[in-house]
Amino acid sequence: MSTERKIRILIGKPGLDGHDRGAKVIARGFRDAGFEVIYTGLHQTPEQIVNAAIQEDVDAIGLSILSGAHDYVFPEVIRLLKEKGAEDIIVFGGGIIPEEDIPSLQQAGVKAIFTPGTPIEEAVRWVKENIKPRK
Amino acid sequence: MFKEEQIQKVKEEKKKWNEELSKTLCERPERLPRFTTVSDLEIKPLYTPEDIKDLDYSRDIGFPGIYPFTRGVQPSMYRGRLWTMRMFSGLGGPEETNKRFHYLLDHGETGLSIAFHYPTLMGYDSDSPMARGEVGKCGVAVDTLKDMEILFEGIPLDRVTTSMTINPPASILLAMYIVVAEKQGVSKRQIGGTIQNDMLKEFIAQKTFMLPPKPSLRIIVDTIEYCTREVPRWNTISISGYHIREAGATAVQELAFTLADGIAYVEAAMERGLDVDEFAPRLSFFFDSHIDFFEEIAKFRAARRMWAKIMRERFLAKNPRSWMLRFHTQTAGCSLTAQQPYNNIIRTAYEALAAVLGGTQSLHTNSLDETYAIPTEEAVTIALRTQQILAEETGVTNTIDPLAGSYFVEALTNEIEEKAWEYIRKIDEMGGMIKAIERGYPQMEIAEAAYRFQKQVDSGEKVIVGVNKYVTDHPPIPIWRMRPEIEERQLRRLKEVKRTRNNEKVKQCLEEIRRASISGENLMPYIINAVREYATIQEICDVWREVFGRYTDPGYF
Repeated sequence: MSTERKIRILIGKPGLDGHDRGAKVIARGFRDAGFEVIYTGLHQTPEQIVNAAIQEDVDAIGLSILSGAHDYVFPEVIRLLKEKGAEDIIVFGGGIIPEEDIPSLQQAGVKAIFTPGTPIEEAVRWVKENIKPRK
Repeated sequence: MFKEEQIQKVKEEKKKWNEELSKTLCERPERLPRFTTVSDLEIKPLYTPEDIKDLDYSRDIGFPGIYPFTRGVQPSMYRGRLWTMRMFSGLGGPEETNKRFHYLLDHGETGLSIAFHYPTLMGYDSDSPMARGEVGKCGVAVDTLKDMEILFEGIPLDRVTTSMTINPPASILLAMYIVVAEKQGVSKRQIGGTIQNDMLKEFIAQKTFMLPPKPSLRIIVDTIEYCTREVPRWNTISISGYHIREAGATAVQELAFTLADGIAYVEAAMERGLDVDEFAPRLSFFFDSHIDFFEEIAKFRAARRMWAKIMRERFLAKNPRSWMLRFHTQTAGCSLTAQQPYNNIIRTAYEALAAVLGGTQSLHTNSLDETYAIPTEEAVTIALRTQQILAEETGVTNTIDPLAGSYFVEALTNEIEEKAWEYIRKIDEMGGMIKAIERGYPQMEIAEAAYRFQKQVDSGEKVIVGVNKYVTDHPPIPIWRMRPEIEERQLRRLKEVKRTRNNEKVKQCLEEIRRASISGENLMPYIINAVREYATIQEICDVWREVFGRYTDPGYF
């Protein structure tokens, strides 16, 4: 039995957006890839997501947003992580996000944005390469 | 439809064809190991009279406008009147959306359809902390009657019908519409339109929910009861498969879950003591038109036949109008791609054609840029023109239900119907749709189907042009952006309304809503009084959240 901890990821659905098809597909995909997945369910505030991430001691947060609220939600989650001294939790995301918005989100500290059409395998590979389970 | 000896002859000839086919396949095998629909139904290489040998024309197909309505709900269909071209619209504030409404009407749109922004959909005002980052982005911001007055400026409500995609606060938006009409001098007996008002599919798929299922259903029945008496031309509910499909369901699941929701609403209204033939003619439906052409046409035809049977045989409705499944269609948002977005025009056109060959009463066509944002004026014009070309150039409206009698289409209609009945039986055995939802049954079936489809796309088994095949770079397209001053204006207006209205009266009205919520009295008259005094959507919804509690997402995946 391996003693190494699995990668733990929290999939979050911030804001009032109800489009959860992508979040659920990626949650299943990550679970099948051997990660531990916690799904927040819908309609979470950035505070709720950050608190859950800290409480569950996750390595990363994946946010799914299709409502256009990404330019508020992503920076807010990152700000709250910093405020609570948890900036080592990596933030990435996906959804309906125009190309031209991606650079400013990356500048705010979002490590990767997966836009529509991304295969599950690609997101899994990115996680394996970029997120290490904390000891 | 065929004599026994005819079928025998077909069988013999089919043997010969099979021999020929085997020889051909030895030299050149078929391109794919399985030929399937987008929903993964397996399709045979050829359909013949044998596949529909048990079909009885009078019993199963019949005539348009006559039970079981397989061929359409009106006797003349599009030769009499075209479907309503109704573009789902809402952007920024009421000013921007009013301008879009006028633009679309000026370009030949024949009905209005409002897309609200998320805070309105969820029963929050624009100034709520829950609304941060969302104001005016996914639709139009409406907080009070004032916004609805601006939204309909210059639009006479006795001459246009309006559909509103709104669910937990549907009764409030209907009340606002009634008061706007009243202010225009149009009586509530004259106005026509639809509120979506279908909470069951919210729990299953669209997920704009607020209260638990039981109080949600009670408010829905209040609106059905009220409109049956007071707003006779209003469609009290739009029982929706669209969102179920978009969440990843198959065509069969979309059909079955939608009709099972319909059954639950009919039961709830009858429990209230309403006569089925009083309210059933005003139930309406809403389906997705996905990319698999024949599967969609078969689904629409099966839907009509199934609902007719449900209403006549299960609920013993006597009025033929109660048996009719009238439906709006939207082309499939989930079939569109962010990659090579101009291809979306083509997808939408095929999907619109399927909706029309399936006999829709009303249609929204998606715009090419909707995988990025709310459509620009240019994009929405192409989408509307797609319908006009279909209606007035292609000739597909010349005759009614032209695909009837096709061995394939009739066989597929039967197959989809049979598979949908299986689901409905299963849901009945669970004790009905509310029980099934509480168990997470439809939610998990959909999540499973969505995941299966994604894996088929990832493996290349299902092709999406520009995504997993024929991939090329494309230059960015212009997209609509929400201007920050729109949010500021919305917040300013809300503040001003709250300052200038009679706050004492608003308080009284809200107290009366609370009282009626607890006593079980029909809420509609009290909601109308409250919105007339400019009570906000959130003020009313907060009363309900206090009285009935909230529903939170169980987060099944």
